[in-house]
Amino acid sequence: MNTIPVSQQRTLNISVLRHNPADPDSEPHMQTFQVEDADAMTLFVALNLIREEQDPSLHFDFVCRAGICGSCGMIINGRPGLACRTLTRDLPDDITLAPLPGFELIADLSVNTGKWMRGMAERLETWVHAQGLEQIDLSAIEAPMEPELAQQLYELERCIECGCCIAACGTAQMREDFVGAVGLNQVTRFRLDPRDERTDAQFYELVGDDTGVFGCMTLLGCQDMCPKDLPLATQIAFLRRRMVAV
Amino acid sequence: MPQKLNRWPARMDLLQSGTGLLLVMFIWGHMFFESSILLGHEAMYWVTRMFEGEHLFGRPYPLLVSAAAAIVLLLIALHALLALRKFPANYRQYQRMNTHMAAMRHMDTTLWYVQVITGFLLFFLASAHLLVVLVQPDNIGPYASSDRIWSGRFWILYASLLLVVHVHAGIGIYRLAMKWGPFSAASSGLWRGRIRLALYCIVAFYLCLGTASLITYMRIGAEHAPYAGERYVPTHASGAH
Repeated sequence: MNTIPVSQQRTLNISVLRHNPADPDSEPHMQTFQVEDADAMTLFVALNLIREEQDPSLHFDFVCRAGICGSCGMIINGRPGLACRTLTRDLPDDITLAPLPGFELIADLSVNTGKWMRGMAERLETWVHAQGLEQIDLSAIEAPMEPELAQQLYELERCIECGCCIAACGTAQMREDFVGAVGLNQVTRFRLDPRDERTDAQFYELVGDDTGVFGCMTLLGCQDMCPKDLPLATQIAFLRRRMVAV
Repeated sequence: MPQKLNRWPARMDLLQSGTGLLLVMFIWGHMFFESSILLGHEAMYWVTRMFEGEHLFGRPYPLLVSAAAAIVLLLIALHALLALRKFPANYRQYQRMNTHMAAMRHMDTTLWYVQVITGFLLFFLASAHLLVVLVQPDNIGPYASSDRIWSGRFWILYASLLLVVHVHAGIGIYRLAMKWGPFSAASSGLWRGRIRLALYCIVAFYLCLGTASLITYMRIGAEHAPYAGERYVPTHASGAH
């Protein structure tokens, strides 16, 4: 008699919202694929299996497979997340995948987050502003920074611009011009950076309205769905207090 | 030179939070005063007279109660006006929010929607309650209030107002704490859990307190129904004077 428990192999039903706006004949529809589950399988692996073995026309993005590039953000059973960081064992047998809402659809699960992020970065001017940057001697040793502050900046720099916070934000879903947690987090990052010479009044001009920090309704979806566990709610609260004090 | 900053978005955000905070403080205090009926007719009568300024001026001025009601009504109007900016503004926004909320199954997103709905209901429920206080400030007391609640069937208004206002206030304070609270990144999650737990308890407490006092008013009102309209005469007044 064999009493050793054997893990049951299960079949995953992965339904994907398919549509290709570039194809005039394409109609948005759900397509279901069957995939045999495996130990430590991520959704990213499952999608690659589907593309290799079942349907080479399936569109989805990935680069790093390790939660660093932010390309594989998608809606997994209703909630945003990274496919490469989502283990199939944490999901039920039926999995529904959809592209991140709020971004331009390229096709199927692939969205143009880069275009959105660039627009946001240009609008919020998310780079160091300082006088005489052109004359800086790049070979000279930089002025030292307190380790705590450097650590804090590094923490905020961990944002990979995957777009999950935008897809998780009710405000951003209702109001397309809202810069979202990703934008507000970056403004906070430069507000903390001593190399950036901008004043609070200058930051206020960038985020001091309902498309910026005062548009946030504190639904906290960004904080709860961030794949990098960034302290987004804390940062937005900090920025809100600073901007009110201007 | 940079152009002059438009500080109104900041002011409006602060005002919305500020008026909300004041209104919650008011309603939480109000609950203790109205539930003085649980301590007996005499206690509630004393509280009524206190708000009419009798202990300060020697005789009651019900107009003081009207003035307080007018201030609260103004605060509500201001809070509502500012909060309206955040309501979904058209069908498309409603549709997006509904789809988003249903898909996300996320507590705080759903709570926000509960606040939109309770806030909308409060436009009517709170106004109806305040209007009565505003125009009939002298019609408050152990029997006057009980008669209104039972014989005047106002318990229907107060029962719904009780639930709606405390749910709205509890969620509102939680959101205010998360919106402005200077928590460190490391302790934010801990505080969020603590505040949420505290507010569950506070809301449950006020709902119990409010229900107990409403039932007491209804019981007194039912017993007093044959004499509806007669006012309460304090025992010390009938005996000593």
